[in-house]
Order: sequence, then structure tokens, then C-alpha cells
Amino acid sequence: MTSRVIFPHKVLPYLLLVPQIAITLVFFYWPASQALRQSTLREDPFGLVTTFVGLGNFRQVLSDPDYIGSVQTTIIFSAATALIPMAIALVLAVMADKVIKGRGFYRTLMIWPYAVAPAIAGMLWLFLFNPTIGTFAYMLRRAGYDWDPLLNGNQAMLMIIMAAAWKQISYNFLFFVAGLQAIPKSLLEAAAVDGAREVKRFWTIVFPLLAPTSFFLLVVNTVYAFFDTFGIIHAVTSGGPGKATETLVYKVYNDGFVNLMLGSSAAQSVILMGIVIALTAIQFRYVERKVHYA
Amino acid sequence: MATVALKTVRKVYAGGMEAVKGIDLTVPDGALCVLVGPSGCGKSTLLRMIAGLEEISSGTIEIDGRVVNALEPAERDIAMVFQNYALYPHMSVYDNMAYGLRNRGTPKPEIERKVREAARMLELGSLLDRRPRQLSGGQRQRVAMGRAIVRDPKVFLFDEPLSNLDAKLRGQMRVEIRKLQRDLGVTSIYVTHDQLEAMTLADVLVVMNSGRIEQVGAPLDVYEEPATTFVASFIGAPPMNLLTPDHLSAVGAVLEGLLPADAVTVGIRPEDLGTVEAKSAEAGSAGLITFDVTIDVLEPVGAESYLYARVQDASVVVRLPGRAAVPETGKLKVAAPVDKLHFFDTHGKRVDPVPVAARRLG
Repeated sequence: MTSRVIFPHKVLPYLLLVPQIAITLVFFYWPASQALRQSTLREDPFGLVTTFVGLGNFRQVLSDPDYIGSVQTTIIFSAATALIPMAIALVLAVMADKVIKGRGFYRTLMIWPYAVAPAIAGMLWLFLFNPTIGTFAYMLRRAGYDWDPLLNGNQAMLMIIMAAAWKQISYNFLFFVAGLQAIPKSLLEAAAVDGAREVKRFWTIVFPLLAPTSFFLLVVNTVYAFFDTFGIIHAVTSGGPGKATETLVYKVYNDGFVNLMLGSSAAQSVILMGIVIALTAIQFRYVERKVHYA
Repeated sequence: MATVALKTVRKVYAGGMEAVKGIDLTVPDGALCVLVGPSGCGKSTLLRMIAGLEEISSGTIEIDGRVVNALEPAERDIAMVFQNYALYPHMSVYDNMAYGLRNRGTPKPEIERKVREAARMLELGSLLDRRPRQLSGGQRQRVAMGRAIVRDPKVFLFDEPLSNLDAKLRGQMRVEIRKLQRDLGVTSIYVTHDQLEAMTLADVLVVMNSGRIEQVGAPLDVYEEPATTFVASFIGAPPMNLLTPDHLSAVGAVLEGLLPADAVTVGIRPEDLGTVEAKSAEAGSAGLITFDVTIDVLEPVGAESYLYARVQDASVVVRLPGRAAVPETGKLKVAAPVDKLHFFDTHGKRVDPVPVAARRLG
């Protein structure tokens, strides 16, 4: 039973909402509407002539093989960046849950990477794996592996996935630890008495009960992989080599602010917005059904 | 079907706290043994050690002649009903009951048969598809019982299973548990802090206090001959009145020849106290002691009335039948049959009363 707070004043609730609404209007609706408008226009590089082209920009973007390639890149990158941190964080959280001495210390250490800015995280990994100066790159080459992310697109992709996933592990870890703590100990004891060994207990009791947490993280990680990884890609590969690591978001930036094709860039961002809305809707519609909220 | 034998079982926690201090106990095959005591007396810890959820610091626990100290809970062939039921929230009632059987690789048709059978016994048949959160407290309790029954274990363990239910449902479930346990004939160990539950359920009553067993016996034997002042005051409601001989003498009781040599405490059950008329009829040839009490409060509860009174600085409860015709303030002369008195020494241990023959001589 949550008791509702009743405001005696009629205007006050609206006044309290104003800052939030203002921020949403200025930083979301206004740019979004600008993007919608821009996506129907074509502008010359100097910003002197603007012509209305209707859906022309969209037609052009969707028939561009580079764009289709970027969609594939994004799918691979996002799926890996959303799922890898979840898997690693879950393993770490389960192990951290068993630590008794120095539990707080481990947890604090685990959370640190989250405080690192994306560009910095990218630079860290770039240094470690830079073919000329990187420590790991040196070890890899010494081990006989031909490591060169500056030329090999797959290796470049691997590198940004690692950087992006590494940074997101902390966040996922934090939520899994909280999720694990919320599972009553007596449930695991009951399962133990019921004849389930540790591994079985994990898959039949712990994992299903973590489903709400996992689902939440899936949504958050997907959004992270789409938008918040721009800094990493920009710092580490700038979308290269070739266009091997050019995700949709990076392409929006590149076409708009580097190549100055504002109309095409706006059309891409509108498509991107559609994709993310659709993806989140699908996640809530289908994945959430299988989630049990205790 | 199994006997459970505990031999000098101890539990010492990492911090040095000794929760269980050397318990020797044998629960005979098919018996319902109730561990009762105040919170923190070690009864739950002891049960969890039998279940395998706590490590045993020293001593041995045997189930059916097999030492189980080193065995996982799963290997001990036990089933446990938890205080908060510990039902798996993401599984249906059916799956909750089937879980233990599936883990043991029971064939599907047999699981189906056993779950249906248990559901029938517990009247859960129509609820098998529900999730635990869609059930009432009493129904959850039944599912927890069902989960234990389907497994057909050697021993049932109950950890305060009724403490989350309301008073009426608790009484009802108590009767059901007793009936079920009799029908199945499975050795059971039941932990509770409720002395009424303990008295009504137990074949073997074990009263525990600060990690030790105070007394083991049939419930009525424990009630009639409490081994210590702790048991005397824990078992029975309202509890036994414990007074010193000095208190009693000061208000006119004549104890000459009745008091055993070591006795420093005299115990009188509230129902053994009464008005002089009522008690002289009851006592017969054994004789009475009589003394004055100062009345504090009279509490009529219907079938009987509780009179709360004082003897000097000690409080006394008198249980009077029906609507007591006694004044609500002032003094009252009360009596107790001599053969209903209990005596305890300086360590709180029971002392035998002076034999009747010796009493006459005195």
C-alpha cells in the first residue's frame, strides 16, 4: 500500500514537472524534430541553397551499399557489446557473492571501470593493443599472432568490442550483485535440500530469478552499444580500417559533420531512431513476457 | 523410516560464539520430536545442522544408523519445511512439488502420480497451475508441506512452519501436521518457540535453553515434573509461579516438614492454586498449604479467570475456573494441595518432595 501524496495546490504539480518537461523538449523533441525536417532537405556544402527533396535522402541512404554494410557492422558490434558484459558480469557477480572476507573491497574495484570516460577507455585499449607500442600487441606478436588492427578489420572490431564491453561490465556487475542479494537464501537452501547441486541450483533457481535484472540490462546495454560507444570508436578506430568499424551512429556523425552531407546524415539518424524504438518495443513485447517479477 | 541420533553435537561460530553446546538426543523411528525454547537457544541451528545447512563443529549426527556429518543436504534423504516456506516464486505449485523429484531423476509418470497424490492429501488439487504469490498464507504452507511429502524422505524437518500464520489457521494447520505425520509415520523434528504447539504436537518434547537441552520427555511428563526452573517457567501458560520458602512463610504458609533439604524455590502451577474451599475438596488426605495474596488484577477470559496477585515482591498467577467469585482488590486466602508443589535447588534443578511417610513424622 503506497499512500499517495496529495498536493493541495492545483498549479504546484505542473510547476514541479516544468524543469523535466523543459529539458526533454529542448534536448530531445526539438533536435528530433529538427532531424525530421532536415532529413527531407538537401543542402549544398556551404549552406547557401536548401531544397526540399521529400523522401529522396532516405531512398539514397537505403540503396547505398556502405549503409547496408554499416547496418551489419552495427548488428555484430551491438550484439557482442550487449551480451558479452552481461555474461562476464554475471560470472563475476556470482563469484563475488561467495567472497566473505573483503567483499566490499572486491566490489569497489569491480565498479571502477564504470567511472572511466568512454574515450579514455578506448585510449587505454588502444595503447595496450597498438601494433607499434602496445604491450599486449607485442605479446601477441611474440606468440606468433599477426596482430594489426590498423589493417585488419576483424581485429579492429574485436578491439572496440573489448573496450566497449569492458567498460560496461561494471554496470552490469553492480546490478547482478544487487539481484543476487535479493534472492532469499532460504530458497537456495530449500533447493539444496531438494537435491539440487550448486550448478543445478544456479540454472533452475538463481538464473530465472535474475531474469528481471538481465532483461533490464539487455535494454540498457543495447542502448549503450548503439549510442554511448561513439567515443570509443572515435578514439580507437575512427570507423576504420576502411569502414570495418563504422557503426550507424558513427556514420551519422561522419556523414554529417565530416562529409557535411546534412540531409543524408539526418535521414540516417531518423532511421536509427526508428530502429531503436522498434528494438526496445520488441524487447518489451517478447522478451519481457518470459520474465518473472517476484 | 529412520532413527535420528545426535552425539555430543556442538556448533561454534567463527567468532567463538557457541550456539549449540553438546547435544545428545535420540529421536525414535516414526516419532515427532519437538525442539522448543526461547529465541537464540540454538534450536534452529541444531535443526539446520541435521539438515546439512550448517556445518557441525564436533560430534556426530546419524540418520538411520549412517553418520551424515560430511554429506550434502541432498544426500541425507531429508525434507524440510521452512519458516517463510521458501517456495520457488517462478515455478507453479506443481513444479514446486516436482522439483525435488526431478532433481533425483524420478521418471515423469511417477512424478505426476506422486504430486497428484500429495495435492489430493493437502487439498491443493485445483491450485497446481498457480504461482506461489497467487496463494494465501495457509495454501503456501500446504505447498511447502506437499513439497516435503512427495519426496518420501526418511526424516521431515520443520523450522517454525506455522509462525507466519494467523492464530486460527495456526491451530488448524497444527492439527493437520499432526494427523499427516501420524498417517505417514515419518520421523520428524519440529522446531518452535511456541510452547502450546510443542505440547500438542510432540511425542518427544525437547526443551532447550542457551545451547543445551534442559529436559527431554513426553509432553505431559515434562509438564508435570519439570526438571528445572527454566522448564517450569517455559512450559505452561500462564507459567508456573516460582516463590522462595521465605516469601511463603511470610504470608502464612506452613512449610515445616514439607521442604526438602536443598530446596530454595517452591513452584506452584496457576491451576493448582485456588480458593481454600475449592482446593480442600481436591487435595483430600494430602493436605493443603494456605497463604494470603494481595490482588492486583482479575482477568476473566470466559472459561476461566486469571488472578494476578503479589506475595511481597513476587508476582503470582492463580487460574480460577469459570467466573471467579473473588474480590477485585484487597487480600485473598489461597490454597494449594501439598502434593502439587514442585521444589528446586540453588542451581534451579528439581528436588524430589519429602516422601509422605517422612512428612507425617515431621
